[in-house]
Amino acid sequence: MSAVAEAGRGRDDFSGEYHVYEPHRVGLPPLGPYFRALWARRQFLFELARTNLRAQHFNTTLGQLWLILNPVMLGIVYFTLVYIIRSGGRGSIFLAHLMLSLFAFRLVSTAVGSGARSVVGGGRLILNTAFPRLILPLDSVLESFMRFLPTVGVYAIVHVIVGLPIGPSLLWAVPIIALMTTFGAGAAMFTATAQVYFRDLTNFLPYFTRIWLYTSPILFYAEDVPDKLRPILYCNPMYPMLGSLNYAVIEGRTPPAGLLLASFAWAMATIVAGTLFFISREREFAIRI
Amino acid sequence: MLERQAPETEPWTIRVQDLSVTYRTAIEKKPTLKKTLVRLGRRQRIIREIQAVRDVSFQVPHGHVLGVVGVNGAGKSTLLRAMAGILPPTEGKVEVLGRVSTLLALGVGFKNDLTGRENVVLGGLAAGLTRDEVAAKYEEITEFAELGDFMDMPMRTYSSGMYGRLAFSVAISMDPDILLIDEALSTGDARFKEKSFEKMRELCAEARTIVLVSHGLRSIRELCDEAIWMHEGRIAMHDQSGAVIDAYRDFLHLSESEAANEDV
Repeated sequence: MSAVAEAGRGRDDFSGEYHVYEPHRVGLPPLGPYFRALWARRQFLFELARTNLRAQHFNTTLGQLWLILNPVMLGIVYFTLVYIIRSGGRGSIFLAHLMLSLFAFRLVSTAVGSGARSVVGGGRLILNTAFPRLILPLDSVLESFMRFLPTVGVYAIVHVIVGLPIGPSLLWAVPIIALMTTFGAGAAMFTATAQVYFRDLTNFLPYFTRIWLYTSPILFYAEDVPDKLRPILYCNPMYPMLGSLNYAVIEGRTPPAGLLLASFAWAMATIVAGTLFFISREREFAIRI
Repeated sequence: MLERQAPETEPWTIRVQDLSVTYRTAIEKKPTLKKTLVRLGRRQRIIREIQAVRDVSFQVPHGHVLGVVGVNGAGKSTLLRAMAGILPPTEGKVEVLGRVSTLLALGVGFKNDLTGRENVVLGGLAAGLTRDEVAAKYEEITEFAELGDFMDMPMRTYSSGMYGRLAFSVAISMDPDILLIDEALSTGDARFKEKSFEKMRELCAEARTIVLVSHGLRSIRELCDEAIWMHEGRIAMHDQSGAVIDAYRDFLHLSESEAANEDV
């Protein structure tokens, strides 16, 4: 830095504005400055998510109403599906379970899906502006979360109509949703990075997401799963998360510690691994898109 | 070919040392199913490397205006992106002192579905300004761009000239220490060109460091102290802007009065 201090002599405003760009092998940039730069861009993150969300339904007649209509119609589709397959309804409590689990699942799957497109689809943004690229998958997660919020209202109405209890155990939903969002963020960073190297990923992803949906306890209760298929259920990160959510909201009980711990472990492992994977590769993105 | 080396003691704002930038793409010339299957069978990967910038070194002293000329694909835009910290060097080193504002070939660089206003706000925030700072500059930007009601229309409804006007207005309003400009002056109608040329002159006079990539040889000659001529990723010449332009013009077989002067 001595040469720099010399060159910048007499211009104090330069002191904090020294940039050096050097080649790198795969590796992490200094994390302190990286996260400071990320924090400095938080308003950018919010503005990006907000405007993107608004632009998506700019041309439709019903506009922002689609943020409510989409999840409601999806809930109706799957409820009908279950009704036909089981040739008979499972009652109104099941409808509440289905809506709750489906909306929470969508919080994660939308983040992962749009996260996968975030870096490769952010071409211009990446080629024209220098900023911590982690903003891009984080934007996907934030958008997904903003889409999730109106569904909370939809679910609340269903909850009241079917007469489920309202008590303090509902508050467990807040940390559980936070864990699911964290998990979704980590997974989105993974898919965002992977898509840069393997462009076929977004072609596979919708099928993968659908299988994931069908193998998660959404269209059925976790208790319905026969013993020989249980191992599959236990490998699914959605099981502890949706399971705890179901305990807290539908059954009105404190979720078992085992499920909560498993959810926590999944969320933390995914966000740490996803962040490190993304950041270690991100300086290469601009030359690869 | 003259290689001008600034003395070590001279304070520089941008220092580029032995810079090389290589793009890697995985694109087949004619992608077919058969080729793909054969490739997967042999476990080969198609990677094509494009050496856009090769072993380039120069310094830009504080307050100087550096022009960059060269034919399409000579590596000018890549060089600019490397200085902006967008493309990582494959080899070598780039050092920059001060806040950088870029105006790169692709325009404001945001989303076409968003309005001009939203793009301006996003652009400012992405560059690291706060919301208040962006709001303060917004007036200045709209006033310079003269787009009127179009500021609240999605940018996909813009003509390319309007696009360029907005991009230029944003870049010059960011109050940068260093301004990196790529082909910006060639957009807009004659009146806007003249206006942006005047603005550039103003900025040059304010002792900011500017790197200007342009095919408009008049603007390079009039605005720049020195110039670099890039050819196939290397520096073919680095000298006073007049000398570089004469040599470049000879290379292109253009006479003084031809098209290059028109394009401001």
